[in-house]
Amino acid sequence: MSTVPANLFRRPQLTLMQILGYAVLALAAFVVVVAFIDGPRTFVQVVVIGFSNGALYALIALGYTMVYGIIELINFAHGDLFMLGSVLAAIFLEERLNQTSSSAKAWMLLAVVMIAVMALCAAFNVTIEKLAYRRLRNSPKLAPLITAVGVSFILQNIGIFMNGSAPHSRASVLPQSSWHVGAIDIRLKYIVVVLVTAPLLLLMTWIVQKTRIGKAMRATAQDRDASLLMGINVDKMISYTFALGGALAGAAGTMFVQVNGTTRYDAGFRLGLIAFTSAVLGGVGNLLGAVIGGVLIGLIQGLNDSGLGFFPGQKWTQTVLFGILIMMIIFRPGGIFGSHQQEKV
Amino acid sequence: MTSIDVTHPASRAAGRDPMLTVDDIHVYYGNIAAVKGISLTVFPGEIVTLIGGNGAGKSTTMRTISGLLKPKRGEVHFEGKRISGLKGHEVAERGIAQSPEGRRIFGRMTVTENLELGAFLRRDKGAIAADMDRVFELFPRLKERLVQKAGTLSGGEQQMLAMGRALMAEPRLLLLDEPSMGLAPVLVESVFETIKKVNEQGTTVLLVEQNALVALNIANHAYVLETGRIILEGPAKELAHNDEVRKAYLGED
Ligand SMILES: Nc1ncnc2c1ncn2[C@@H]1O[C@H](COP(=O)(O)OP(=O)(O)OP(=O)(O)O)[C@@H](O)[C@H]1O
Ligand SMILES: [Mg+2]
Repeated sequence: MSTVPANLFRRPQLTLMQILGYAVLALAAFVVVVAFIDGPRTFVQVVVIGFSNGALYALIALGYTMVYGIIELINFAHGDLFMLGSVLAAIFLEERLNQTSSSAKAWMLLAVVMIAVMALCAAFNVTIEKLAYRRLRNSPKLAPLITAVGVSFILQNIGIFMNGSAPHSRASVLPQSSWHVGAIDIRLKYIVVVLVTAPLLLLMTWIVQKTRIGKAMRATAQDRDASLLMGINVDKMISYTFALGGALAGAAGTMFVQVNGTTRYDAGFRLGLIAFTSAVLGGVGNLLGAVIGGVLIGLIQGLNDSGLGFFPGQKWTQTVLFGILIMMIIFRPGGIFGSHQQEKV
Repeated sequence: MTSIDVTHPASRAAGRDPMLTVDDIHVYYGNIAAVKGISLTVFPGEIVTLIGGNGAGKSTTMRTISGLLKPKRGEVHFEGKRISGLKGHEVAERGIAQSPEGRRIFGRMTVTENLELGAFLRRDKGAIAADMDRVFELFPRLKERLVQKAGTLSGGEQQMLAMGRALMAEPRLLLLDEPSMGLAPVLVESVFETIKKVNEQGTTVLLVEQNALVALNIANHAYVLETGRIILEGPAKELAHNDEVRKAYLGED
């Protein structure tokens, strides 16, 4: 019934939105070009850093978006799971395995640690869903949302217990050298992050799009009752979703420490918000959107930090990012690709 | 209303054990009783139909059999084992598939993916492919639209897909909740032909239909529901000639 008036109001708004959208795009392109002219060498460097950070945001954003896709919950504890991953990875590699500098052995142990942390974070996330969210599945949406905030506090306190309340500086085992392309220096560690992240993202896409389990997860996201009628164990699919999201957060945490060299119990709050912004940018629930959103946010952050051209510089980065979040929620809550596109979960 | 009391005459059972027995189930949505003590029996090889007006509790009964709703009282048995209390996917594992009311296809997935999900519990790749061909034989329209997103199919095509998807499970008992809804008259006929064919190939069918006359035409046995209770049951042919039924559900005076 209400579709008629809604359409009447929506039509003109959409065209206005399109004009605005193109204007924003043109402005963004202009600002980027000016930044490039302002300092081409720095520009390339920050783009590399932006890609590398963006790849990590994409890993975290996927966890938000997959969980939202399947049970329509904004899992506020997801950023803190990432934080736990980073703390665990640092403790394992630096304190237990004593790896503090770059060597072939250290890289192998890093790979082992990453897999272990991914498994642990997957197990945590599955447990959190079982204990905290499952029984609230048929409650009003606010109940699991508040529960997620509660879980977030619990994880932060575990973080304080393991990492202390002050930031902890950590050694990196990634190569600290740079790669010289003409006059441009590219830090190898950023390339490593992209090389580690990209296969994970591809693997995730493959699992969700092509495997039997992935199809069942997507079915569950679309229609739980119909999925049950197909013989799909819906609870199990939801667990798998939390497991995949958790594993990605663990991988992101491991790589984050290696690049940034610090662990702090409240890292999940800021990174979680940034990743959430990425998910919103790509359209919450949209897998590919989360990846593109993550990379875009990484690039915007990198360029803004550089202060090139019209970019206001590092002091303003958070303002810019969360400004984007607010603008998106107000003007394009369905993400840059619109709301009814692409696959959920 | 009076009821002709033809409770499971020996002739219907014909020495067979019942495949499905629904025994005095009471089903609630919150505090509202939607089904207030329904009992029914389906014998292997039969087509049994549930007819009744809007809100009579037909879909609720079907959803309860499939384990999507839990009866507050009463039990459901399938092939001698209790299935009420099992989860939906466990009921499906026992060999019951349902094409639910309102189609409930996976709109953001392709036709092929929908059919594959119908066969989710099966591992026999060769037989699955053969069954997919069988579905395309029944509904050639689907074959032309393999990679189309199911949500963009026409209503009738979606109905075909929903039924094809249920068939892909190779169920022993097929529950169909208004399979002719939204179909053009020609297609309604072909859907009922299909149901008969599927039944002849060995699948037992429990059919819910608004289209009472056609349903009674192909069914062996029928139950008439009203406000959550069974008010009439009997061989489908007899009910088709019952004055009460004709008045209430076939729109005759
Ligand atoms: N999710 C629900 N919540 C509350 N009440 C419900 C719900 N689903 C159905 N009902 C009520 O239960 C009763 C039986 O509904 P049901 O869907 O089983 O009827 P039906 O016989 O299938 O009708 P129709 O022929 O219209 O499909 C109705 O009064 C309906 O309003
Ligand atoms: Mg119904």
